[in-house]
Amino acid sequence: MSNEIEAIKDPGLPAHVHRKADTDPKAARRAERQVATMFLVSAFGTLLLIFSFFFIPDDVFVFIPIMGNQNAHQLGLGLGMAISLFFIGMGAIHWAKTLMPDTEVVAQRHEFRSPDSDRKDFVSAVKEGAAASGLGRRSLIKRSLGAALGLSALSPLILLRDLGPLPGKELEKTTWKTGTYLVTDPGNRRIKASDLEVGAVAQVLPEIADPEHRKLSDIAKDAVLLIRLRPQEFNLESDRLAMTHDGIIAFSKICSHMGCAVALYEQQTKHLLCPCHQSTFDVTRAAKVIFGPSARPLPQLDITIDDAGYLVARQPFSEPVGPSFWERNSQ
Amino acid sequence: MTVEARLGTVANYVDERTGGAAWMKKNLQKVFPDHWSFLLGEIALYSFVILLLSGTFLTFWFDPSQREVIYEGSYEPLEGIKMSAAYASALHISFEVRGGLLMRQIHHWAALIFMAAIVAHMMRVFFTGAFRKPREGNWIIGIGLLTLGIVEGFLGYSLPDDLLSGTGIRIAEAIIQAIPVVGSYLAYFAFGGAFPGEAFIPRIYTVHVLLLPGAFLALITVHLMLVWYQKHTQFPGPGRTEKNVVGYPLMPTYMAKAGGFFFIVFGVTAFLAAVASINPIWLYGPYTPGQISAGSQPDWYMGWLDGLVRMAPPIETHAFGHTISWNILIPGLIIPGILFTGMALYPFIESWITGDKREHHLLDRPRNAPNRTALGAMSLTFVMVTLINGGNDIIATHFDLSINQIMWGTRFGVLILPPLAFVITKRLCLSLQRADRELVLHGRETGTLLRLPHGEFVEVHEPISPEKAYFLTSHEQAPALELPEVDGRGVKRAGVLRNKLRSRMSVANAEAIPKVSANDLKEIEHH
Repeated sequence: MSNEIEAIKDPGLPAHVHRKADTDPKAARRAERQVATMFLVSAFGTLLLIFSFFFIPDDVFVFIPIMGNQNAHQLGLGLGMAISLFFIGMGAIHWAKTLMPDTEVVAQRHEFRSPDSDRKDFVSAVKEGAAASGLGRRSLIKRSLGAALGLSALSPLILLRDLGPLPGKELEKTTWKTGTYLVTDPGNRRIKASDLEVGAVAQVLPEIADPEHRKLSDIAKDAVLLIRLRPQEFNLESDRLAMTHDGIIAFSKICSHMGCAVALYEQQTKHLLCPCHQSTFDVTRAAKVIFGPSARPLPQLDITIDDAGYLVARQPFSEPVGPSFWERNSQ
Repeated sequence: MTVEARLGTVANYVDERTGGAAWMKKNLQKVFPDHWSFLLGEIALYSFVILLLSGTFLTFWFDPSQREVIYEGSYEPLEGIKMSAAYASALHISFEVRGGLLMRQIHHWAALIFMAAIVAHMMRVFFTGAFRKPREGNWIIGIGLLTLGIVEGFLGYSLPDDLLSGTGIRIAEAIIQAIPVVGSYLAYFAFGGAFPGEAFIPRIYTVHVLLLPGAFLALITVHLMLVWYQKHTQFPGPGRTEKNVVGYPLMPTYMAKAGGFFFIVFGVTAFLAAVASINPIWLYGPYTPGQISAGSQPDWYMGWLDGLVRMAPPIETHAFGHTISWNILIPGLIIPGILFTGMALYPFIESWITGDKREHHLLDRPRNAPNRTALGAMSLTFVMVTLINGGNDIIATHFDLSINQIMWGTRFGVLILPPLAFVITKRLCLSLQRADRELVLHGRETGTLLRLPHGEFVEVHEPISPEKAYFLTSHEQAPALELPEVDGRGVKRAGVLRNKLRSRMSVANAEAIPKVSANDLKEIEHH
């Protein structure tokens, strides 16, 4: 800056200090031996890798303190590779640091800005070029070109249209219908109320004709968690209480936040916790959100029993399960 | 023939066919300044090469398909279980292909090191002001590489289609689905229908092994060409100016050092892969949407995002038959968008505040740019708090804490701690400037006490070398911009508010402890 007070002077680059190997041939020879040793250690590493690959079977374990039992085949391969690479690097750097020139070299920099005359010529060349094209004057060309370029960007978008079907109402539907049997997962067996003790939890799915080929995309919406409490432990509105059966309450297992499986049930507090983002739902109060980022309770499935005592859905979910989306039209 | 003579023949051969003698001679003697912090970007570059090599190995066996198969491999606990071909082939690589597990672990470790090196390299560039003119463009390319790295890493650990990675994809799907108006459409297009479908793994495989590596290669090439062409920055010091570069020539010293360092990075990565298990997918089992493992964690470079999502308040808007998930949009898209845009624009913001449009090739010591350093510390604190919350479940179980307390702690912490970090860092920088001033004026404290004839004890100070004195005072202390609100004729300028803001920031930016001048030293000598 212009008003700067006198600064302390630059004493210039400090005098070069020679290394031992620069002046003492003995030290130089020692450095050479050290570099060569490192390259030899590297070669040993490669041999270790080859030996491990062919001669150490993959079911041998060795005990190594701190690390515990380690697979000898894997360890031999890895250490061999690590040694072979690492010591090439060490050797090269030691070589550079002890034996290659270490005198600092000064090179000059030049400002990137060109001389003013060049810049002026450049700018006027650009302007002349632009003027010669008539881009500024011929607004019809300019606008139609803009429109054409803009529209041409649509074609890749259009061509990507067949990446997938339109969602339609699919996100709002599940396999659960009136009278669908609840079946265990895994196992695919129908469940009686008596199969579930008080305090127990079970994952269930809707019964389908071909359970061997159940689609993951169906499980992603259909998974339901059954929890059995003592009926007096519920703290529910009467319509919600009517959706339970003999202390058994059913919630969608798909988190209303981001769709993870809400799989952690705390028996003591009767809280359901999603391990992804810790949204916590109170089972006794219809899965009301009591903690975490989720903004909605887990949808409750209305269940009852059929004549034979098997648990069935009395009706489908009354709202979409899983994370929110734009078209979702309910609280 | 000696080695030298042979290489000479090669040089002749090349020149006769390219005419590049002059150009190549100049570049072989190119000077590179030396500093440990300049190695951070190199680590990122070498990790990228390691990723290409180990990744290519993995593609020879990996089957990017979500076709359902029954596992019949050698890992007994999963015998007979239904899974995707992708997961089965990842198990095959881990258990049956010799060296496959090693390569998988090298690939994953290299990805973690790649991201860590990028972040560390960025911190070096930021805190030393290396992004200033003429390097703003390269800074933006760097932000691009960081962003691509996060996406590439996420896609990479999603490929094995294990329970953990499937859960990550589920969360990504929920973020896409949360975008207003088009979210559910985009999700259906990305997944070829309802989540998870059978299209996603093959699609992200192409993106992971072809599209993004191609983009990386292009960006890295431009990044390095710019470093080469613009010449590396250097730290200030005696003999170093804005007009020169002090360092070692490319051939042989720098070639040997940089080439050797590649092998060291590769060797260390291989060592980690040999002894430290990472992403043991066989323990998680195949992905199914109805199951999950406790303690579901993304890799660290996604952890801060996950932590933000975790701490978001539970807010959704339901209106006119539509739902907007602010609890997903704000932490998942809006805040990261603001952060990355802010980072990319920072060189321009700073030059607007300082009014400095000159080229800079000498680096700043962080203490001599207190505002910038404080801003960096503030951003890092923000990311650290969110990262801690991203691991709140693990922290809770390991340290026997309540997850609710950690969550509330970080919810407040993320608002309170970053500004606090700003203030503390700025004060620290100014204190360090003060210490520098003391050092130049009064020299080094020797620890030797001297008793004066009249009984007083004083500590002997030893003057510092002229080199050190120059190093501590060579930085520039520019005054704040003078931006009068009215022009010469007493008329208010346009954009008063903008001017006021710029003026205030400029004043804050110019705050400094006056450095020692030659006059000060002379005065002291006279005493």
